[in-house]
Amino acid sequence: MKPPTYTGSHSLLQSLEHEGVETIFGVPGGAILPAYDPLLDSPIRHILARHEQGAGHMAEGYAMATGRVGVAMATSGPGATNLITPLQNAKMDSTPLVAITGQVGSQAIGSDAFQEAYTTGLAMHCTKHSYLVTNADDIPDVVHEAFHLAATGRPGPVLIDIPKDILNATTAWGEPSLAGLPGYKPTSHGHPKQVKAAIAMIEKSARPVLYVGGGVIRAGGSAELLEFAEVINAPVVTTLMARGAFPDHHRLALGMPGMHGTYTATTAIQNADVLVSIGARFDDRVTGNVADFAPNAKVIHIDVDPAEIGKVRNADVPIVGDAKNVLRALVDRVLSTRDAADAPWRKEWFELLDTWQETHPLAYDQQPDGPIKTQYFIERLHALTGGEAIVASGVGQHQMWASQFWGFERPNSWINSGGLGTMGFAIPAAIGAKTARPDDLVFALDGDGCFQMTFQELITAATENIPVKIAVFNNAGYGMVKQWQNLFYGGRLSATYLDPTVPEYPKLAEAMGCVGLRASDPAEVDAVIEKSLTVDDRPVVVEVVTDPDEMCFPMVPAGESNDRIVMGPEDL
Amino acid sequence: MSQHTLSVIVEDKPGVLARVSAMFSNRGFNIHSLAVGPTHVDGRSHVTLVVDAPELEQVKKQLHKLINVIKVQELDTTEALQSEVMIARVSCEPANRGQLSDTASLFNARMIDLSPTSMTFEIAGTPNQLASFEEHMKPHGIMDLVKSGRVAMKKLSDISPAVMGAQSR
Repeated sequence: MKPPTYTGSHSLLQSLEHEGVETIFGVPGGAILPAYDPLLDSPIRHILARHEQGAGHMAEGYAMATGRVGVAMATSGPGATNLITPLQNAKMDSTPLVAITGQVGSQAIGSDAFQEAYTTGLAMHCTKHSYLVTNADDIPDVVHEAFHLAATGRPGPVLIDIPKDILNATTAWGEPSLAGLPGYKPTSHGHPKQVKAAIAMIEKSARPVLYVGGGVIRAGGSAELLEFAEVINAPVVTTLMARGAFPDHHRLALGMPGMHGTYTATTAIQNADVLVSIGARFDDRVTGNVADFAPNAKVIHIDVDPAEIGKVRNADVPIVGDAKNVLRALVDRVLSTRDAADAPWRKEWFELLDTWQETHPLAYDQQPDGPIKTQYFIERLHALTGGEAIVASGVGQHQMWASQFWGFERPNSWINSGGLGTMGFAIPAAIGAKTARPDDLVFALDGDGCFQMTFQELITAATENIPVKIAVFNNAGYGMVKQWQNLFYGGRLSATYLDPTVPEYPKLAEAMGCVGLRASDPAEVDAVIEKSLTVDDRPVVVEVVTDPDEMCFPMVPAGESNDRIVMGPEDL
Repeated sequence: MSQHTLSVIVEDKPGVLARVSAMFSNRGFNIHSLAVGPTHVDGRSHVTLVVDAPELEQVKKQLHKLINVIKVQELDTTEALQSEVMIARVSCEPANRGQLSDTASLFNARMIDLSPTSMTFEIAGTPNQLASFEEHMKPHGIMDLVKSGRVAMKKLSDISPAVMGAQSR
């Protein structure tokens, strides 16, 4: 039975359809109940997560795999507070997200009513913007503004909090406008004078490095980046958030810089005379000790967010603008002055980079009769899938190894939690990615610690028919924390051990409606991967019993100069 | 650490002031004084912020990032039009009222309350004028004191505010 009148809830659903929303990830509850009724009649698919944090990370995974705005929905109070982690995660990684929360009735706000929380206040620090809707007639404009804010400028999360009586109020839908945003005017195109200055600086450079961040992926600027790197003939480093923005197999690709980056990527920046930062933010995991970072480089800083420029490192040539547009302008500037084939020669610089790559490669030691190394599994997975997968990851050692050893070729194929470092991100984010791109293989690479934070979402995947694949690297603990305890706390292992026999991962997987597999010997790795690839009607969990003592290298100890790269335990 | 004055135009919407002050605490900037009120334009408020910060670039950029902030302007403290209201209650026996009133009138301060043991003055002026008045009241014993927070506006002419003030009085 349809309610007799057109209410705020109908307006909300119509507004979401108007924005082109196809999928919402959510959990219902008292205050958001009215919105769930018209959802039954809507073409929008609702994925019922088992926890609001899961719903939020699914929406992030959806957004990261597509570049479109992800949508999460929850009720008031605990529903809203459970969304806080995904909101902050999306803020740190500039992921476009709209979160819709129910709120207690307008008259009850501030009375400590049942399931009341000051949601817009809580969201103030972890969103790009937030709304409390006070009139049902405002819903079309608010939703339109929220999607515009989430997707444009520097993308990010936007929260819409709607009291229950507003969802129930009689209203009408009207064509929305952006007239309510007088102060929001993001700069999209770089200043031509700055573009000219940047090209003059790079063309004169003997040792340039393009330092590429996640902003290039968010801007959809990978093709422009490839063209620019080639016409300017400069090597490219891609940060954790930018893996896939530039093809790893390319002759100019040096991999990831920073704390666990490749020796060559990190050292190239240290020796650069011109550092071209494109959509990156000089994060402490990249810079190490800022005072010693790229000490001899002039900096060209391209970012859509003016507040990033000069925040950590002074810029010699600041360019505010969308990475795709600025890269296009840079290429056009180069080609207006010379032919593409006349790229600068820079023979000595490339010889030096080649030497570093030969003498300091990424390495690990997989003994045939020893425990499985996570790095080995990742390399085998890449080989057996031809690299044709979207890879999601949790946070910790396995995340760094995934970034190091998976050869990324395309943007939006690496789904991970960079800035916030949210353990448990992989499973729900992979579900979101698979929902968005059902024809692609989505493989989550997860740690045992991460898995135990969000594995209930595998029930969501099984019941909603979202056949993701999860590899759980069971190294009996919080590997990265243990690594720090071993390196910096004299090997005193405090609260980092997880009993590797509990839970029994394959059995737990089966109980949740997934296929459960296990490999504990290097010889079993190929077979278990191949078996997992044959299943396409259910999620698959592959427990990979790995070496509990393996440490992640290279490593620059926190706060140290990037000149001090530890290549292995023997360097300590 | 130096003080800077910011003139900020914001949308007059619920929670905007909370967003401004939350950003300051989140980013570790310190607000020395804050005054907010409506402008002559409907839906626009003016916030005057006096900020303790080594440099203002990052503060201004972070303010601009707030969606409800429309315009951010840094005012040169020595040049801008600035005013603040102060109310001071000063300890005073009836016998000393004449002396205190004479001092107050030199500053154009107005007596707004009187009790057997105190006199209360209201004064509006530049931060320097207020500070000077406060210094002169101190020896008598200040019992209570409250300031409105500074309001400021960009100055367009090169006429000294003191001259303009003298003429209008």
